[in-house]
Amino acid sequence: MQASSIPPSETKSRRAEFWAGVRATIPLLVGAAPFGLIYGALAVASRLSPLAAAAMSAFVFAGSAQFIAVGLVGAGAAVPIIILTTFVVNLRHMLYSATLAPHMGQLPRKVLLPLGFWLTDESFAVAAKRYNQPGGEERHWFLLGSELAMYLNWQLVTWIGILAGRAISDPAAWGLDFAMVVTFIGIMVPEVKTRPSLLAVLVAGGTALLAQDLPHQAGLLLAALLGILAGVLAERSLGDE
Amino acid sequence: MNEFLLIAGMAAATMATRIPVLMLLSRRQLPEGVFRALRYVPPAVLSAIIFPMVLRPGGEWHFGLDNAALIGSLVAAVVAWRSRNLLLTIVVGMATLWIWRLLFGV
Repeated sequence: MQASSIPPSETKSRRAEFWAGVRATIPLLVGAAPFGLIYGALAVASRLSPLAAAAMSAFVFAGSAQFIAVGLVGAGAAVPIIILTTFVVNLRHMLYSATLAPHMGQLPRKVLLPLGFWLTDESFAVAAKRYNQPGGEERHWFLLGSELAMYLNWQLVTWIGILAGRAISDPAAWGLDFAMVVTFIGIMVPEVKTRPSLLAVLVAGGTALLAQDLPHQAGLLLAALLGILAGVLAERSLGDE
Repeated sequence: MNEFLLIAGMAAATMATRIPVLMLLSRRQLPEGVFRALRYVPPAVLSAIIFPMVLRPGGEWHFGLDNAALIGSLVAAVVAWRSRNLLLTIVVGMATLWIWRLLFGV
């Protein structure tokens, strides 16, 4: 997971960066695999055709949004509602983009397009660590390696899930949906190093619980905004320690 | 249900959150205050996703020892905090869930 063995000011080759990105992402592939399986299985259990379920993985490529969309399809929700929900659930990518963008000033737009298309929670978590280390004009190859590993893995496991969908009648009974929870815990907890960041977690989590009944996943957005606000205000009054 | 429309719309909505900000902000610097605020985004968003999944699955409040996902999450959080090892966190968290269900039939 940690690529901290890179000495300052040393620029690794593109190939070395690419494979370092792939390697750093392997634990996250393991976490995404059961989540992709359950997505595929749930997709065919809802009214979605197997082709549409696979196409969603290929063109949308956003695990939690796909998961929620399949639930809405099964509940008979209208297409515009599902698209709006997808946007809200994925708003966090806007903030991931804003975090990574300052490191990408030298890159041409035709490179930013695929790097943006493939950006997920997992690749952001891995690449943000790499970008925070010194050295390396080629660090975007690290991000690309992580993103391609996540993308190919996601296609593969969702196909398996779609094929297995008829065999497993109730994937949630196996606790496969829990894989996303432990993956996010593993990404999040080591980064909660300060009292303001702990407060952000507790305020966001508490608000999400209380606001769960709001429509269109609005509770999620509200919880995230209040959590960020709590972190910023706490940092101002307590300091960043 | 028009599946083509559904997937095209979801793809467009997702790309709208991933690509434009990357393109706009790569050419200029963010103010320091905004950048500091962004550090609270991942913990806030991820906890907003997982807290309801664990404590209000299907909308119903579920506290207590018969909630295997809660026990698994607490164990996973301790493992993540002590080890900072993602793979270990996932494996121990999932194993705890299954063992807890097996032992207590919940």
